[in-house]
Amino acid sequence: MKVDFNIDIHHLPRVEGHGDIRISVKDGKLADAKWAVVETPRFFEVMVKGLSAERVPFLTSRICGICSISHSLASIRSLERAMQITPPETARIIRLLAMHGETLQSHALHLFFLAAPDFAGTPSAVPLLQSHPEVVEAGLMLKELGNELSIATTGRATHPVSLVLGGVSKAPSKQRLAEIKQMIADRKPMLDKATEFFKTLTIPDFVRETEFISLYDGESYPYIGGDLVTTDGVRRDENDYLAMTNEYTVDFSTSKFTKVSRESSAAGALARFNNNYDLLHPQAKAAAEAFGLKPVCHNPFMNNVAQLVECHHLVADAEEIIDRLLDDDLKDIKADYKPRAGAATGAVEAPRGVLYHYMETDESGKVVKGDCIIPTTQNNANIHYDLHALAEQSLAQGKSEKEVEKLCEMLVRSYDPCISCSVH
Amino acid sequence: MNHLGFDIEKLKIGSFDFTCCEGCQLQLANKESTLPEFLALLDIRNFREISSERLDDYDIALVEGSITRQDEVERLKAIRAQAKVLVAYGTCACFGGMNAQKNKFPKEECIRTVYGDKQIDTMQESHKISDFVTVDYSIPGCPVNKEEVERIVVSIATRSPIALPKYPVCVECKQRLNTCLFDLGEVCLGPISRAGCDAVCPSGKTVCLGCRGPADGINYDSFVQLVKDKELSTDEMNEKLAFYNGFTEYLNHEG
Ligand code: SF4
Ligand code: SF4
Ligand code: SF4
Ligand SMILES: [Fe+2]
Ligand code: NI
Repeated sequence: MKVDFNIDIHHLPRVEGHGDIRISVKDGKLADAKWAVVETPRFFEVMVKGLSAERVPFLTSRICGICSISHSLASIRSLERAMQITPPETARIIRLLAMHGETLQSHALHLFFLAAPDFAGTPSAVPLLQSHPEVVEAGLMLKELGNELSIATTGRATHPVSLVLGGVSKAPSKQRLAEIKQMIADRKPMLDKATEFFKTLTIPDFVRETEFISLYDGESYPYIGGDLVTTDGVRRDENDYLAMTNEYTVDFSTSKFTKVSRESSAAGALARFNNNYDLLHPQAKAAAEAFGLKPVCHNPFMNNVAQLVECHHLVADAEEIIDRLLDDDLKDIKADYKPRAGAATGAVEAPRGVLYHYMETDESGKVVKGDCIIPTTQNNANIHYDLHALAEQSLAQGKSEKEVEKLCEMLVRSYDPCISCSVH
Repeated sequence: MNHLGFDIEKLKIGSFDFTCCEGCQLQLANKESTLPEFLALLDIRNFREISSERLDDYDIALVEGSITRQDEVERLKAIRAQAKVLVAYGTCACFGGMNAQKNKFPKEECIRTVYGDKQIDTMQESHKISDFVTVDYSIPGCPVNKEEVERIVVSIATRSPIALPKYPVCVECKQRLNTCLFDLGEVCLGPISRAGCDAVCPSGKTVCLGCRGPADGINYDSFVQLVKDKELSTDEMNEKLAFYNGFTEYLNHEG
């Protein structure tokens, strides 16, 4: 059947920020498919110029309301490396726990409230409160657990107050840590229940081979710092981030595109999983096995499953980190430092993938140059080419306009794009 | 619907985002343990970030973000035309927010630095929404404090008077028995910033940067004098005052 139609989704709902999907089909053939980000830029890379280094993480955390801890820590890491500051070990562990809290909160928000309605066929998670109360409840309780970890370690769920150059300004109280440890024990069964629910969902069958990028240090599942690797065998030092991104602009998007060895590449939970499978907590590996998820997986819809697998890792690892902190006197939390001139990259694994901040300082500790490359930016080209391939595959399978539209929306959501973050 | 003995109708609400990080909207989904009760007060008609249902019959509009492009002005005016009550939601909407730190750079420089030769449509300044529409209520904060949001939403629903704390952050900070950061040699904007955040920053041992704007009836000159008396840096003070764009009237007045 020869059909003509246009899909024009303006400001795609249930994602962070403003992006459009534009598909045009003529005579039953795909004529065009675009991922067009229309978000307004804020120019953070200009705003950091002239700002005191110690203030920078408080500015850059505002790049994103979902992954503010990652942005704060990417700036802190770049500035600490630039000014040769070594944070104490205790601060390093507290920061890692903060990252775990953020990623858990972000994955729970995405899985249960942004992605799940697609699979259930509802416009939002609100109707699920009636039809699947235990699933929504599990989502809320895991999101809250993530937020509680962030609040205990950084003072607030969004936009951390106590992550500072040199370490952390305040340590979490042991009493709070013990309470959260109990919370984890209480809520683990909810994660298992939710996993059963996600197992009943049908993940669309679609594969487009791509290059997955993430951090890697060979010792632990990556969150803060490390080498930059891809599933095509590239391995580079953290400071060589430009070779991993090759940013370029396209006329239909205010967010840039990037690539490494191919026309596009992907970052995020699935990329971390594909590059670091061996370093996952055994409980997370067991969850992956239950879904038949193995590295290297090239189905972008499986990013949802990879996020769920990571939730298992985060919860199990957080328990172990809390035990270490409970054995620590939590006194040595901040290194003194003097401002100095320097330049370095800070790379962290934000919930949606590897995030780079590059900062250059002068001898008074003011920033003279900044550059931020966001995970979603590194997924734009992959989303764009995936849309093309998915629309073509769906048309070849004789899918209707409505079906193509729904699949395309679900595809973009699977990347969990953080669009205002990607424009910054 | 019954709340605290009041019979109230569910509020038909819409939540809209402009130039920002969307962190304030996200707070609506926080405080998870009381979320179902909070949602029971609301009839969400339009909230793109969490729902694909987009209806245009809302009465209350929460508007998040600053305005930095002309198409946002048109969208904002359409929301104003529909809403009976329009709330400036968060520091970006109330003051222009940290986005306004770009205002001091020519926009051509901003575009060239980030995008090279690509054409980008952007205003010279990051604007607060009251530059374009009438605002009925303001809830400042970067991000907003969910407890305050809940309180104000309930007040709107029960038609009770709405007021933000008039006093400065120092009052809340002292209630929490924190060591004053001035005594540790830091410039903190707590003495002149509006309370309502439970002094969350100084309680985490970092300074208040004034995200909630000036408190009522502040004595700006004596604050500047305090910084000078303590021999602390006024450059640092000015960097902090400019951080969220909440103190422009004082900074301009001085300059
Ligand atoms: S006020 Fe702060 S938290 Fe709220 S949207 Fe603006 S930058 Fe984000
Ligand atoms: S730390 Fe800041 S908010 Fe607290 S009392 Fe001192 S000046 Fe006021
Ligand atoms: S302490 Fe100051 S900067 Fe922090 S939330 Fe309160 S008003 Fe905003
Ligand atoms: Fe950037
Ligand atoms: Ni983000």
